[in-house]
Amino acid sequence: MINFILNNKITNADVNSSMPLLDYIRYEKHLTGTKIGCREGDCGACTVLVGTLKIDGCVEYRSMTSCIWPIGNANGKHIVTIEGMNLNNSLNVSQDAMKNNYATQCGFCTPGFVVSLIGFCLSNIEKNLNNAIEAISGNICRCTGYKSIEKAANDVCKQLEFSSGKLSIKWLVDNNFIPNYFGDIPKKLLQLKTEHQNVEDGVFVSGGTDLYVQKPDVLRDSTIHLISDNINLKGIYIEHNRCTIGAGHVVSDLWNHSELHQYFPNIKKHLKLVSSEQIRNMASFGGNLVNASPIGDMTIFFLALNSNITIIDKSKNERIIPLKTFYKNYKCYDLHDDELLKNISFKLPSEISFFNFEKVCKREYLDIASVNTAIHIMVNNETISDIHLSMGGVDAIPKYLDKTCAFLKGKKICLELINEANIVLQKEIAPISDVRGSNTYKRLLARQLFFAHFIELFPEIITLNSLMKYA
Amino acid sequence: MHKNISHSELKIKLDAVKNDLKASVKNMDSYTHVRGESIYVDDTNIKQGTFYGVVFDAPKAHGKIKFIDYTAAEALEGVERIFTYIDVPGENQIGGIFPDEPLFAEDEVHFCGMPVALIIAKSEFVARKAIGLIEIDIEDAPIITTAREAKTQKKFINAPRSFNLGNVEEAFKACDYIFEGETFSNGQEHLYIETQGAYAEPLENGNIKITSSTQGPTSVQKTIAKVLGIPMHKIEVDVVRLGGGFGGKEDQATPWAVMAALASYHLKKPIKLILNRHDDLRMTGKRHPYESTYKIGLSKDLKIQAYQVEFLQNAGAAADLSPAIAERTLFHATNSYFVPNVLSTVHSCKTNLPPNTAFRGFGGPQGMFVIESAIANAASEIGVPARKIQEINLLQENNAFSYGQIAKQVEAKNTWESAKAIFDFKAIEKDIKNFNSVNNDFKKGYAFMPITFGISFTNTSMNHARALVHIYQDGSLGISTAAVEMGQGVNTKMVQIAAQVFSINPKKIKIESTNTTRVANTSPSAASSTADLNGKALLKACHALLDRLKDIIAEDFKVSKKEIALKDEFVYLNNNKSEISWEQLISKAMFKRVALTENAHYATPVIHFDKTKEKGHPFAYHVYGTAIFITTVDCLRGTYVFDEVKIVHDYGRSMSKGIDLGQVEGALIQGMGWMTMEEIAYNEAGRLLSNALSTYKVPDIFSVPKNVEVIPLETKGNDMAILKSKAVGEPPLMYGIGAFFAIQNAIKAFNPKYKLKFHAPMTPEKVLMSLYKN
Repeated sequence: MINFILNNKITNADVNSSMPLLDYIRYEKHLTGTKIGCREGDCGACTVLVGTLKIDGCVEYRSMTSCIWPIGNANGKHIVTIEGMNLNNSLNVSQDAMKNNYATQCGFCTPGFVVSLIGFCLSNIEKNLNNAIEAISGNICRCTGYKSIEKAANDVCKQLEFSSGKLSIKWLVDNNFIPNYFGDIPKKLLQLKTEHQNVEDGVFVSGGTDLYVQKPDVLRDSTIHLISDNINLKGIYIEHNRCTIGAGHVVSDLWNHSELHQYFPNIKKHLKLVSSEQIRNMASFGGNLVNASPIGDMTIFFLALNSNITIIDKSKNERIIPLKTFYKNYKCYDLHDDELLKNISFKLPSEISFFNFEKVCKREYLDIASVNTAIHIMVNNETISDIHLSMGGVDAIPKYLDKTCAFLKGKKICLELINEANIVLQKEIAPISDVRGSNTYKRLLARQLFFAHFIELFPEIITLNSLMKYA
Repeated sequence: MHKNISHSELKIKLDAVKNDLKASVKNMDSYTHVRGESIYVDDTNIKQGTFYGVVFDAPKAHGKIKFIDYTAAEALEGVERIFTYIDVPGENQIGGIFPDEPLFAEDEVHFCGMPVALIIAKSEFVARKAIGLIEIDIEDAPIITTAREAKTQKKFINAPRSFNLGNVEEAFKACDYIFEGETFSNGQEHLYIETQGAYAEPLENGNIKITSSTQGPTSVQKTIAKVLGIPMHKIEVDVVRLGGGFGGKEDQATPWAVMAALASYHLKKPIKLILNRHDDLRMTGKRHPYESTYKIGLSKDLKIQAYQVEFLQNAGAAADLSPAIAERTLFHATNSYFVPNVLSTVHSCKTNLPPNTAFRGFGGPQGMFVIESAIANAASEIGVPARKIQEINLLQENNAFSYGQIAKQVEAKNTWESAKAIFDFKAIEKDIKNFNSVNNDFKKGYAFMPITFGISFTNTSMNHARALVHIYQDGSLGISTAAVEMGQGVNTKMVQIAAQVFSINPKKIKIESTNTTRVANTSPSAASSTADLNGKALLKACHALLDRLKDIIAEDFKVSKKEIALKDEFVYLNNNKSEISWEQLISKAMFKRVALTENAHYATPVIHFDKTKEKGHPFAYHVYGTAIFITTVDCLRGTYVFDEVKIVHDYGRSMSKGIDLGQVEGALIQGMGWMTMEEIAYNEAGRLLSNALSTYKVPDIFSVPKNVEVIPLETKGNDMAILKSKAVGEPPLMYGIGAFFAIQNAIKAFNPKYKLKFHAPMTPEKVLMSLYKN
């Protein structure tokens, strides 16, 4: 039995915890406002809000795509669908803004946009248009061309400005952003009796963002062991210039971690390239690493930080290995069936070290990379004292570029060096032609993005113009 | 005539547009849309005993079926029955234009994704599981995936067609410049967010009711009748709304509805059949890829004197709508330009891909892409900006199109000059030049894109519609037409028409579902003409009713009908408000036994086309417009953003400015997607590689231009358009072509040696390669 609050009602779902939440909402509860668009988390038509009771007694709401999220994860949470956002006989602020700006045409994607917008209203994030757009970035609309939706988002932001200060549930209720039952949810969640048994011997599932895309039908019939709320896999610690991130954390946790922003000033820019808000709210770091995609964004990110990973087995034995030795071959990695990734740890960038992440795909955002790459470089008097460089999409595994790093280490940054390093890099990579690009393109892109790291980090030494003249 | 306007004047114009939007009528469906209360096929309340269907399709693109074994699938718990061509009581045939497409494969398959069987089970999940248990062996046959290869092997859907104006051969002899080239434009996935689907319910006496997500209810009805071998009156097709269509549900919503009906016919049970996204992507056709070759000749003064073009249309494995789409390519082969000598030919080539189908623009975009490429190439070779050649050759009043129609009320030059003036093109050009001279890593480029698009089904006999209006005795109205609401806002326009005629509150008007028992023998909602055709029919019906209502007042008050008017729900006599309200008027009518129902028929006048001569007057009117694109290319990474798209669009006299602007913006972005990031990929075995949303990318909110400005061209409008408000669904899609050329323009600023390429879409891969390889 899975116990949660669905909109304003306590719900006890007697279904396999591997059932996608979407199917439960639509076909068991007949709440048909949540739509099926792609079942891959790529269109956002099935977006719902997931509310989690925090220690401070507040409920934190995050938008998620219910098509690839196992219902077991809903245990103890508040799940809000579009129906749960409707006021009795009028439109709420977000709905009204969508209507007035002609931001709905066929209407099929619309509930998803409204849910995401309301998720933005409920979040702690600063209320500006950019953040509002960010919140709906995982929603695809094929009719409007988005300009009208932008206007709607802008109107919502303007309405939020009147809140003057911190938004409370009460203020949002009083000002017609959400229905009034939201006020009772924290109390109800506290009182909610959950008796869900997380089966021990099952396929490990965290956010579901990869597994439910790869093999949804298999999972639906299987027993799964849910780990997204496993506290052993949580915690972000910063100690002695090292950061340790529990493998169960989702990308948004990094996005929202203000202390880490001091070390990675561009982290939002980088993470924005990674996926949509909904997926960042669901996808765990552990999942991204064991997915072992040769193009995994977070894997590339952590490889360049020369991270170590801690692996734990059923008897709680731990072992620590460098991430760069984890991948053996295409989708093969050093992890036994009964083992779990516990955490990732890495040395933080310092005053003399610099980090950069680059990614190019067909669509700039919310797409899988043709090539992605990250660099963490330590520099003393323009000389590279240490360097870690990773690249995806250029080999069967996410690649740590050993040889290129070795070549660069100890040398002074100059045009000649960067050009020569590219020759080493080109020998180290072996891209293949596929739907993400031809082999020739990926090689050229690998060069450009390698250059981009230096152009971004050392603009006074390296410019595109000078590199081109040199090349 | 067109003076450049100042920034403050532009702001006034833009503010006026904004104010118009505020005042403009809102989409009447938006209330339920934003609340998640609108009902699509998959949201229909299902009846007890409903079974679910999943389609088993060909895993190979071509070959004889040597062996199929359904035993294990049939034995699976929960599987009710598996249907194949053997179970078809009528004809196993769904071809619309030609009977060349079986519902289920018989002994041969012709494309990957071709339906072979329908699995019916107690749930979709079980049916899908059963699919995995079917064994099939297909003997490999040669596979053709490109139009060029099909032409070499002489595999065609039908005979080629040619339009001919003047004499190209003679004209080329006199040209100062002649350029030849090849172009390719790729297909495009519709990606309606609601996938294809239908729900079939058995009624008494062997009648069947189908709820379908189709743009063509009659075509669904007709095809079901044919396949089941029963009369059309036994089939009722009902459509509430579509979660997007874009042409993809004009012809290709049919097979799924037919299959659901077939299973329901046999099992006497309700059947739900909704394609999942992967099945939809794999099994349905897309916009046609075109491979084309052209020859363009110009005189010294840059006038295009002759244009010869051959289009190879990749039709896929069956005709579907390809011949009609090919025809429209010819109609739009010269876009907004007057060319005195034209010879255009199109071949519909038969390949082993899913039959390609209608997609917003219907072959027009593919035709326009070639002449725009030809002009860009000529300009680049001669060393002038493409816009010069575009501008010099714009269509003018009384010019002849290659198909014989004489252009009237032409706004090509008007929109072009207005765009230049309103958006201050000189300043744009200067800004770009300055930007490019001081920036190395980023380069800006621009392009103009004029459009001229003909409105009407090119098949003259399809230009008709009907409307059925009931005034209920309490004064509320129910309206049925053939129009299918799929986001274009046609319901709202129908409400506006009736509300305007009777001068009543739109809340009194309900638009009924589109249903074949209320409005029969309909044309599909397509060709941008749904509002025109159905709106004109509705207008006729409303006027007939109004006339009868006026008769009542005329008789009661002994006044002439001319003195009677309805205004704000009251009867006015000689401009004076009477005490008779709308409701009272209707009560009177009831009492006097006056018919409060009217059914009207409209058939577009004037239009005709003679296919034996390829000449005529096929279009009621044309829609015009000009767009200016400004893009910035990241020359380090090969990516691009669109800074601005500025458009002057000819709406005629828009009856719903908000809705029409939505059509322009939506079509623009869809056209830009086709030209930039949307890349359909099939491998040599005919298997779709871009088979999921993770591999086929449509524009997201970050990839649209930062700024889109659309200024309406103020014109008198056209009487052939509903309330002079011109059709707006398709034409703006073709603005998107400008995106392709703007990017090339920027590339050239970085890489002067770059030779323009005409292979769309312009993906970041092509951009990077163009920046660095010559």
